Amino acid sequence: MTYFLCMIIFAVGLYAVVAKRNMIKIIIGIMVMEYALNMLFVLFGYRQGGRSPILERFQEIKNIVDPLPQALILTAIVIGLATTALMVALAVRIYEKYGTFDITKIRKLRG
Amino acid sequence: MMDINLILILMIFGSIIAIETKDILSCVVVVGVVGLFQSLAFLVLKAPDLAIVQLVVEILSLVILLRVILRKEAPEPQHHPDYFPMVVGISLAALVLLFVYPIIHELPEFGYPIMRVAKEYIETGMKATGATNLVSAVILDFRAYDTLGEAVVLFTAVCGALIVLRKTGRKKSGESETEA
Amino acid sequence: MNKEPGMTLIVKTVTRLTVGIILMYGIYIVLHGHLSPGGGFAGGVIIALSFVHLMLAYGKEAALKKISLPVASVLESIGAIMFISIAFLGLLGGYFFFHTLGTGEPFSLFSAYTVLFSNISISLKVGCGLFLVLVSIALAGKEKKK
Repeated sequence: MTYFLCMIIFAVGLYAVVAKRNMIKIIIGIMVMEYALNMLFVLFGYRQGGRSPILERFQEIKNIVDPLPQALILTAIVIGLATTALMVALAVRIYEKYGTFDITKIRKLRG
Repeated sequence: MMDINLILILMIFGSIIAIETKDILSCVVVVGVVGLFQSLAFLVLKAPDLAIVQLVVEILSLVILLRVILRKEAPEPQHHPDYFPMVVGISLAALVLLFVYPIIHELPEFGYPIMRVAKEYIETGMKATGATNLVSAVILDFRAYDTLGEAVVLFTAVCGALIVLRKTGRKKSGESETEA
Repeated sequence: MNKEPGMTLIVKTVTRLTVGIILMYGIYIVLHGHLSPGGGFAGGVIIALSFVHLMLAYGKEAALKKISLPVASVLESIGAIMFISIAFLGLLGGYFFFHTLGTGEPFSLFSAYTVLFSNISISLKVGCGLFLVLVSIALAGKEKKK
């Protein structure tokens, strides 16, 4: 159930990437897909009634959620920000050249 | 269990609103709201590291997108709605959900993970590295190759953005130097 | 009033009061990355955000006066070289990325030296890289208005 809700978010982002014409909408769709995948990985590592992987003094090491997916996703979030910035830079360049964010117009202007 | 489902449903509605709104500015703001919901979900899922990073990254990406949006002076073109990409998009999304649905039943149940690799990290992590934040211990000591790859990807993305956005273009032989 | 770049007086005053606190909070997050939630990634982005805050309120020139583009790119390279040299120091102990620097005493600030120095290098790299990208996007916008 929880995993399926997460995949619905992914499907919404996929719909935006395929069907929308505005470049900003496409970038937003890719961001939504990133959210869904990050969430899915963290959901895999959750343990019922677990505690966060930060150790305290004099605490017995028991019932801790899985730190491995969290470590993988921590890098993935920052990479997502960098790739979003790269996509935005490409969109700015295209807007300066053609004066529009609409991808169908760009194809027409190419001739 | 229930609260995480509630947050996920709110995120679904938020992303649908963000995609279907006509005004681009409100689009970008709603995406920021979805990111904040995800930060909240990370807190519920006992991942405070990820919650901090997600919150901060969301603010920075919102600033980047807003700088692009606010500069746009061209009016939104009023084209007649085109139904073909909409149908293709909806059917593709439905296809993905159809294929994902049987796979989900094969996964371990939510809340009871199989921790074959992570068990050793949790038990020996503090003694081996001296760090009490186990996520930091995994990311920078046990699996530092991952971080090295991340640094390479980040460097490549920054280089790409700087090259795409540079002010002076390449000088061709025939052109004058003052142009561009 | 419109002669000066940047936003209104209220925003400028609030920025002057808060920007130092934000920068200090970022450094705190970086240095305590092995004890509490946070670390190099979050701290680096917070440090970048403090300069972005300055840039949004006072205009690009004020932020570029604090840290210019060559300085930022040199700092990013220093972060990368630090991370790689920590990795090569591990070869003394046997293999790449081995924690040869010692663990120290747990629960104190100067412990887990590998993780501590890696956090500092990662924060330099992430913070300066994202600052460079945002400044370049802002400068590209200025070019278009001419």
